[in-house]
Amino acid sequence: MRALFAALLLAFSLGPAFAVEPEEMLDDPALEARAREISKELRCLVCQNQSIDDSNAGLARDLRVLVRERLTAGDSNEDALSYIVARYGDFVLLRPPVSPRTYALWFGPALLFVIAGLGLVVFYRRRQAAPAETPPPPLTEEERARLETLMDEDRKP
Amino acid sequence: MIAEIGHYALIMTVFVVLIQATLPLWGAKQGNAGLMALAKPAAQLQLLLVLVAFLALTYLFVTSDFSVAVVAQNSHSAKPMLYKVSGVWGNHEGSMLLWILILAIFGAGVATFGRNLPASLRARVLAVQAMIALGFLAFIVATSNPFERIIPPPLDGSGLNPLLQDPGLAFHPPFLYLGYVGFSMAFSFAVAALIEGRVDAAWARWVRPWTLAAWCNLTLGIALGSWWAYYELGWGGWWFWDPVENASFMPWLAGTALLHSAIVVEKRDALKSWTILLAIITFSLSLIGTFLVRSGVLTSVHAFATDPTRGVFILALLVIAIGGSLTLYALRGPALKATGTFAPISREGGLVLNNFLLSIVTATVFIGTLYPLFIDAIGAPKLSVGAPYFNATFWPFMVPLLAAAPMGAILAWKRGDLLGVLQRLWFAAGAALVVLLVVWYVKFGGPILAVFGMALATWLVVGALVELAERLKLFRIPLADSLHRARNLPRAAYGMTLAHAGVGIVVAGIVGSSAWQVEAIQIMHPGETAEVAGYQLTLEEVSEVQGPNYTSQQGTFLVSRAGSEVVRLYPEKRNYPVQRMPTTESGIHTTLFADLYTALGDRQTDGGWSVRIYYNPLVPWLWAGAIFMVIGGVVSLTDRRYRVGAPTRRRAVKALPTGSAPAGT
Amino acid sequence: MNKRLLFVLPVVLLIGIAVLFAVGLKHDPSIVPSVLLDKPAPSFDLPPLSNDKPGLATAALNGKVSLVNVFASWCGPCRVEHPLFMHLAQEGEVPIYGINYKDKAADAKRWLRDLGDPYTRIGVDGDGRVAIEWGVYGVPETFVIDREGTIRFKHVGPLSPEVLEETILPLVRNLQQ
Repeated sequence: MRALFAALLLAFSLGPAFAVEPEEMLDDPALEARAREISKELRCLVCQNQSIDDSNAGLARDLRVLVRERLTAGDSNEDALSYIVARYGDFVLLRPPVSPRTYALWFGPALLFVIAGLGLVVFYRRRQAAPAETPPPPLTEEERARLETLMDEDRKP
Repeated sequence: MIAEIGHYALIMTVFVVLIQATLPLWGAKQGNAGLMALAKPAAQLQLLLVLVAFLALTYLFVTSDFSVAVVAQNSHSAKPMLYKVSGVWGNHEGSMLLWILILAIFGAGVATFGRNLPASLRARVLAVQAMIALGFLAFIVATSNPFERIIPPPLDGSGLNPLLQDPGLAFHPPFLYLGYVGFSMAFSFAVAALIEGRVDAAWARWVRPWTLAAWCNLTLGIALGSWWAYYELGWGGWWFWDPVENASFMPWLAGTALLHSAIVVEKRDALKSWTILLAIITFSLSLIGTFLVRSGVLTSVHAFATDPTRGVFILALLVIAIGGSLTLYALRGPALKATGTFAPISREGGLVLNNFLLSIVTATVFIGTLYPLFIDAIGAPKLSVGAPYFNATFWPFMVPLLAAAPMGAILAWKRGDLLGVLQRLWFAAGAALVVLLVVWYVKFGGPILAVFGMALATWLVVGALVELAERLKLFRIPLADSLHRARNLPRAAYGMTLAHAGVGIVVAGIVGSSAWQVEAIQIMHPGETAEVAGYQLTLEEVSEVQGPNYTSQQGTFLVSRAGSEVVRLYPEKRNYPVQRMPTTESGIHTTLFADLYTALGDRQTDGGWSVRIYYNPLVPWLWAGAIFMVIGGVVSLTDRRYRVGAPTRRRAVKALPTGSAPAGT
Repeated sequence: MNKRLLFVLPVVLLIGIAVLFAVGLKHDPSIVPSVLLDKPAPSFDLPPLSNDKPGLATAALNGKVSLVNVFASWCGPCRVEHPLFMHLAQEGEVPIYGINYKDKAADAKRWLRDLGDPYTRIGVDGDGRVAIEWGVYGVPETFVIDREGTIRFKHVGPLSPEVLEETILPLVRNLQQ
């Protein structure tokens, strides 16, 4: 589905029809592996939710080449990432940096886990304190018959 | 003419649905049997009318009637018949019509087979179902009429998006919708129960098959979409955490939780208000998914034209449906009293843990998917949330859930003995340990988490089998007795074993494909050979091939291993002239343990071709595991106890003396 | 603890989400605001497209309010916005500098010959590297640069008469004072 949009945007770019191309790749396997790793973290702006590693857009290709140049020039992974972020903003990072505006994103799930976990503890405690709450109203004759049928079904093979 | 009939049928449906949404509800309140009974013929008539509309649209597509706007924009006379038919739902208007059709099918199903439902519950369920139908009918008639004509009609259509012209994607939407819409039945039952003010075992027993059917379809739909992405997009990925994928994944997660919590309601008369809430949430997530995809609030790559008026309409629909049901829940929920009690360590406790973790996972996906929207709405600089985030937050909650699954399934109801359960699972633990050591040895130096991942997968699969063996008392009583037990075991028990084992197989597929993929991206000239994971792939030639509505460059790879020929693969690069759009078709050789995956790229100036070759270990297990899960669901569905209408007729059957086999889960 | 409150919580959450969606409907998610706003234009030096018109470098952006437009002959939307620039060039209110993005020189020249050439200077960015320095992600893009050479505004996609009249020109006039 993502490729759809990418393909539509081909109209905007002169890009080739593929993600990482052979001629872009670096000879040094260690550097190339780092480049791939960085590429997976960077969002292709033209194609939206795709990393530049997966994208066939022209700009994604330029950015991949740029990342490789930075690495060859001796940049660390962080340097290369921040080089791109300086030009395109945090938006290009598929893993948003931890900052006050992403606290809810990064810690929200854990917080929910704690709150819901506490809720669970309370739930079990209460159960123990009051094993049977108010008994339900007695079944009507019709309901009893229906229940019987169902229970029978369970017992029978 | 046909288009007008279809349009007319849709408008007629609005009136039928209006009646179905109001009179039976009123009848149920007044105890008027006549009014309540109206729901059944109304639901059946609703199905008939929607079917007429749907068949009309299908006819227009099949006959390529380009005087109808939707057909002209999404079809082409040269298209193969399969894609003329799938073109019906390969566009916004038609897919909404399919949505309504499925809703009507489910409604008519309840009406027709719900003989032993209490009359008032059935009337209310069908009335709620009609309200949902009314919302979507209003949506389609007001903003997305599929029967709109264009004057003058074009000579030929502009064709269906080539990416959708694929067998995998042709059937992806119907299954997805069967899932989404199927959850609406659970929703209708939940709302009806809130109106009635009571939830009991019978209610849960009624909800479960519908939920299960929906879940099976959704599982299949998601798997089909993932499979399609895998072979069609040309780089071997199968899940991207794209908002559209998340939109279908969230209802799946919540629906999975619902399946499990409904068990507790049915067997133990507990977790009632939670299950009701979960039923509402599951369908709500389906609606929210639809909103996200159709309104364009998130940048997703889904093709359907996004239109602000439609977005506003769906949002209104969403607020009314979810808001209304949640308000009802706030009013009536507290009154739902549960009687069953249980200790934290018990089958119920295990199911509660399942629900707890699945809810957190659902919430995590929800937060990640909507966070960019949230940040944008508060005016902060935009940001992206992509796969690295989801991979980092999804697994910490998912792994404990998976690890606990085999234990939960063995725990006794009410009060269980964890130590005893672990003892009974010693075989699964041993198997997991063996796999851990073997994988660690074979893949030494590879990602260490993957080693544990494989152990987890083993634990799940073997744990599921051990659970089954425990029920049969295999090797503890004479084999003949075990076989006897096997015959008498409820089908739902087998279903659970299959589904849980399926999850384990999927986990193995995920681990294998993400940890040990071998990749070769290179330029090859015809005659050259590449070596990947022990295979020799020779690019023999690249030739031009003419398809029905596309041209294609087709590569031929001779794959051999240790000197003997294995297979020939034919990856393609297709070009659809009508849309002027290229697609890739990968050439895949599937074995039991891996896929050999080839994709053809661009021709280089020197006559070479850029080529990608992947060795994807265990990827076939992803689809196999998903199929296991679906089969598990289907087997459960055939459980006599859920067979709609069965109980009353089965009463006369004489009971066989069996041990008190635990009820199927 | 008030149990009833717990049952109301889902409705409250839904209201929050609905508000979020309502706001989201008004925003265009495909527009990414530039991080370079109110920052000096990147340093660059691009060669000219033809002999009769100078190229574009950072120094040229100093001392005068200007528009910088990234364009290419292969880009459809560029053709859409082109008449606006032609009109603007005739008015002479503000100089328009062009960055010719990843284009073939012959194509670009023919394009300008056919449609008219509104640019005071044109820099050729053959490999698109300078465009990356500018944070360009979609062609066409238009920047407003103030006298000090600082980027004050950026528009992504083809200019519409509304954006030009209601946003860009008022800003330019304001900066020129």
